[in-house]
Order: sequence, then C-alpha cells, then structure tokens
Amino acid sequence: MIHRESGILKTTYEADMALYPLPIARWTVAAIAAFMFLVLPLSVHEYWLSIVNIVSIATVGALGLNILVGYTGQISIGHGAFMSVGAYTAANFAVRLGFPFWLSLPLGGLMAAAVGAVVGIPSLRIKGLYLAIATLAGQLIIEWTINHVTFISGGVQASIEVPRPELFGYKIASQRQMYFFLLIFVVLALVATLNLVRSRIGRAFIAIRDHDIAAEIIGINIFRYKLLAFAISSFYAGVTGVLYTYYLGIANYEQYQITTSIDYLAMIIIGGLGSVLGSVFGAIFVTLLPILIRFAMEAFGGLLFSEAAVRNIIPNLRLILFGMLIIFFLVVEPEGLNRLWRNIRSYFRVWPFAY
Amino acid sequence: MFDWYFFGLLMSNGILIGLMYSLIALGFVLVYKATDAINFAQGEFVMIAGFLVAVALGLYGAPLWLAVGVGLAAMIGFGFGLERVVLRPLIGRPVVAVIMATIGLSAVLRGFGPLVWGAETRPLPLPISDEPIVWGPLFVPPIQILGAVVSLLFLAAFGWFFLKSRKGIAMRAVADNQQVAMAMGINVERYFGLAWAMAGVVSALGGIVWGSLLGVDVHLALVGFKVFPVVILGGLDSIPGAILGGLIVGLVENVAAGYIDPHVGGGTKDFAPYLLMIIALMVRPYGIFGKPTIERV
Repeated sequence: MIHRESGILKTTYEADMALYPLPIARWTVAAIAAFMFLVLPLSVHEYWLSIVNIVSIATVGALGLNILVGYTGQISIGHGAFMSVGAYTAANFAVRLGFPFWLSLPLGGLMAAAVGAVVGIPSLRIKGLYLAIATLAGQLIIEWTINHVTFISGGVQASIEVPRPELFGYKIASQRQMYFFLLIFVVLALVATLNLVRSRIGRAFIAIRDHDIAAEIIGINIFRYKLLAFAISSFYAGVTGVLYTYYLGIANYEQYQITTSIDYLAMIIIGGLGSVLGSVFGAIFVTLLPILIRFAMEAFGGLLFSEAAVRNIIPNLRLILFGMLIIFFLVVEPEGLNRLWRNIRSYFRVWPFAY
Repeated sequence: MFDWYFFGLLMSNGILIGLMYSLIALGFVLVYKATDAINFAQGEFVMIAGFLVAVALGLYGAPLWLAVGVGLAAMIGFGFGLERVVLRPLIGRPVVAVIMATIGLSAVLRGFGPLVWGAETRPLPLPISDEPIVWGPLFVPPIQILGAVVSLLFLAAFGWFFLKSRKGIAMRAVADNQQVAMAMGINVERYFGLAWAMAGVVSALGGIVWGSLLGVDVHLALVGFKVFPVVILGGLDSIPGAILGGLIVGLVENVAAGYIDPHVGGGTKDFAPYLLMIIALMVRPYGIFGKPTIERV
C-alpha cells in the first residue's frame, strides 16, 4: 500500500516480520475492509458481484498454489484435480449424509489435502520436470477415477447437485449473500497465508525453494515439509473446489480439468510467484481476461466478423492472449504484476522528488 | 480359454501405434537432449503441422510433395523463431519457468489453429489405400505401417546424426556442458535453434502421419499427452529410449484397453500409460536408458 514511511525505525526482528509492516497499515486494511464489506456489496449490481464472487473463489485457489509453487518451489499441474476431490467429497457428504456446509467444507479440504500429499510423494525423489509430469499424471488419474467410479461421481454425467449453504437457518442463495459468504473465506485464506509464510514453516518452505539440498543440510526435514506444502496447498485447492461447488450448486468434474490447473498456474505467474498480493492480482486478472474479451468482441467484433466467426474467435482469442501473457511475464517480468505494483509504489514513495 | 487371436491383434496394433508415439517423443527428446528444455507443447507442434499440411492439401489443392514441403519449411522456421523469441531469454532460469513458457505456448497454438483454420475436423488424405492389409489372422491399416516405417527411418537417421555427424557431436557436447562447449568454440545458441528446428521437422512428420490417421482438428494435440509416459519410461535424453518407451506405451495401452475397457466403460487407453509412468518415476525416475543426475550443493 502507499504510505509515507519516514521516521519508522525497526529495531527488532519481530518488528520486521510483523503482519502490519507500518502502523498506518492498520488504517489501510480497515479502509479496504470497509470498502469490501460495505461499499462494494451495497453499491453495485448483482451481475458485477457475481464476477467478484468468481474472483474470490479463484483467489483462495491461487493463494494455495502459490504456497506450493511460489514459496516451496515445487510444481503442480494437478491442482484442478485436487479441487475436484474437495468438490466431490463435500458434495457427497452434503447430499448423502446431509452435512451442513461448515462440516462438509473442511472435510472436502482435508480429503484434498490427503490426496495432494499422496500425489506429492514423488516430490521427495524427483523435482522440476519430473514432478510436473508426475502431478500431470495425478491430474489425469484423479479425473479418470472420478469420471468412472459412480460411487464418487453420482452416476449421471458425473455431477451431483448440492443444496444451498445455510447459516443459522438462513439460506445463502442470492449473489449478494454469496458475496459475503465467499469474502469470509477469502479473508481467512489471506490471513492464514500471510501468517504461514512468516512462520517457521514458511521459512522452511522458502529454504527448500532456494536450495533443497542445502536446506536439508541445515536441518530442515525435507520429507515432512515438502509433503506439508503439498497438503496445505491442496487443502486450499479442496476448499476452492467446495466453494465453487456451493457457488454453482453442482459438483461437476468438467470444471476441474487440466485447463483449470493451467489457469491457476497462470494466475500465480502473472500475479507474481511467492507473493500473497500477487496471488490476488493474478486471480483478478485471469478471471477478468475472458470476460473483457467477451465484452470487447460482443461490442466491436460484429463490425469486422460475422456472428458465427465471433463465436469461434472468443474462446480461441482467450487461449492465445492467455498463453502470450504467460510467456510475456516469464520473459519480461518474472516477478509478475506484484513487481509492477511495487515499482509504482516506490516511485510514489518519494514523489514529487526524483529520489 | 485365452483368446490368442485377440491378444495378437492387440499386440500388433500396439507395436505400430507405439512406433508412431516414438516419432512424436523423438521431437521431445531432441530438444531435451540438446538444450535441457522441456517442451510441453509437443502435441500442439504436431497439431499445427497437421493443420498446415491439411490446409495446403484441402484448401489450396496443392500437390502432396508441395504440401509436405510447406509443412516442413514452416515448422523449421517456427522452431528457429521460437527458440530466439521465447526460449533464449529463459536460459539459466528455473526449470519451472521453461515448463510454464511451453505450457503458455501450447495455449497459444491451441487457440491459433482453430482461430485461423476453423474448428471443424479436416481430412489429411495420403495417397495410400484405406483397405487394411490382411496378414495371416492379423489385419493392419496401411497408414499405421507407413507411420511405423517413417518413425523407424527417422529414429535411425537421428541415431546416426548424434553418433557420427559433426553437428550431432557438437550438439551432444552442448547438452553435456554448455560452458565447456562454448569454450571449445561451439556456437551454443545456434545449436539450440537447430535442436528446436529438428523438433519442428519431426513434429511435421508426426502431424502428417497422425493427422492422416485421426483427422486434423484441435484434438490432434492430445497425442502430446502420450509423449510424457513414453519419454519417462525410455529416459528423457535417449533416442533408443524413445523407441522402447513408445513400444511399451503402445502395447500397454492397447492390451489394457482390450481387456479392461469392457469392464469400466472406456478410457483405459489414456489412463494405463500414466499409471505405468508413476511406477517408473518411483522406481527409476531417469528411465530405462536415461542418465541419472547427481546433484551437489
């Protein structure tokens, strides 16, 4: 955030690692909270809130993936599948046993964490490319299993309808109610991630990312922390899947295919690897991109192309832009949108002076 | 009673399909061997090449030799250009960056093909008959035999190239240690470009063979998913490994599909090779012919 920070001297390690880097940050956070909880939901149309809702869900997933990829330096092309594990677990508990959401949601997350840890086991022996391929295999095998085992998928078209979540007998049905419901989880995920990465566990993750053999030599239990990273990250993914299931009212494996895994990887790369704020930026950017393309093509596409051509162009243009953005950020700005934001901040820090 | 006839049919089909997998895997191995880069867009390379040839044949009515020539030339140019624009800036960056860049590339290509040439499936007719060749109790479509022959020819050619030719030896030197190769006067960047162009050539042939077998549309890129089990089983940097891995994957998926599919309702073909690959990763991650890497702090 943009603050003047003159006159603030940190003298202890604790002060440097504090959740609020500056005293004034409390006020910024309060202002943002007021905006998110009061101004935004009461002032905009339900359609825009529905977009914000999708961004919220994506934020939780992106934060989780960033813990694994950005902080621990492992890679997973299987996060879409972990989301589906969470989604189907919660849907089965909710429909068959009638569990309320506050029970089925953590259960979905825990199941995803367990599956994620199992898929992460190869990370102990292999890394980089091999790990990418192993998690890709995990993605395909989980997808296949859910699709073919009717006990999990509920049979018809592998989808399960779930009831709307209820809180104190109050049904959450409209987009506006959904907004508050999801916002709570976004806040929880944000605070949990911020605290995780500045804790002992987070520092161990970063040590493993920077050099795992060196980390092992200084006494970090690689076995435990790599699996922990996979489990925590998959827990987030599972919760994302559950939230999306409750949001849509249906659990469907088509929402969690390999393209989803790649979408989330794109979010954290475009947003910024190893950065909490970057995950949020990435989630916003990648979610809004197809919507913006659709608007632009619906508004101006008709001038240049026929209607059938526009229908062909929209999804393909999205793929092309999407891939080019990934490549662009990797080649030109590897630290992503978060870096651009920091550049803007540091420019205004001493504004209007040059330095 | 074990049905030997059915089993033989599955085996022969598996061997021929497996050799066609080897051809695509070869493109992957070439790039990895020379540049240590991983190409997650191999399937999309094949798709784009298939599109180029099919469009030249179908839309412009070009003769076959011209269409194939256009496809090859375009893929060579594409390989060089890609290395220059995308891969070269990523030299020395973490492996995750290269993986993601090629994943991004695969998205671009998957959008580009249908955007320019339309979403419908295009035929890629080759001047060979559709009639299966009956050989004893077995019958095989000629396109699969053509594919297998092309694969073997190319595998032999690249095997010779890496063992005997000057350029091939230089490329192996680059793969072994870039700094030492550079000190010996090898233009490392040129060989990187050459490796990608060679992957383009192999993909063009793969695109012709596979496009002719399956028809050309965006789903052609899905063959790329079969590359990973093939190269992991065989070893990432080994050309004989690509052949053996392709054969194993072809056999396993055909036999598994033949015996398990009726019980689970399909899809075993896509599933069995990956299961095998996971086991291989746990037991022997560098593959049958690959070289194990030793890491130091």
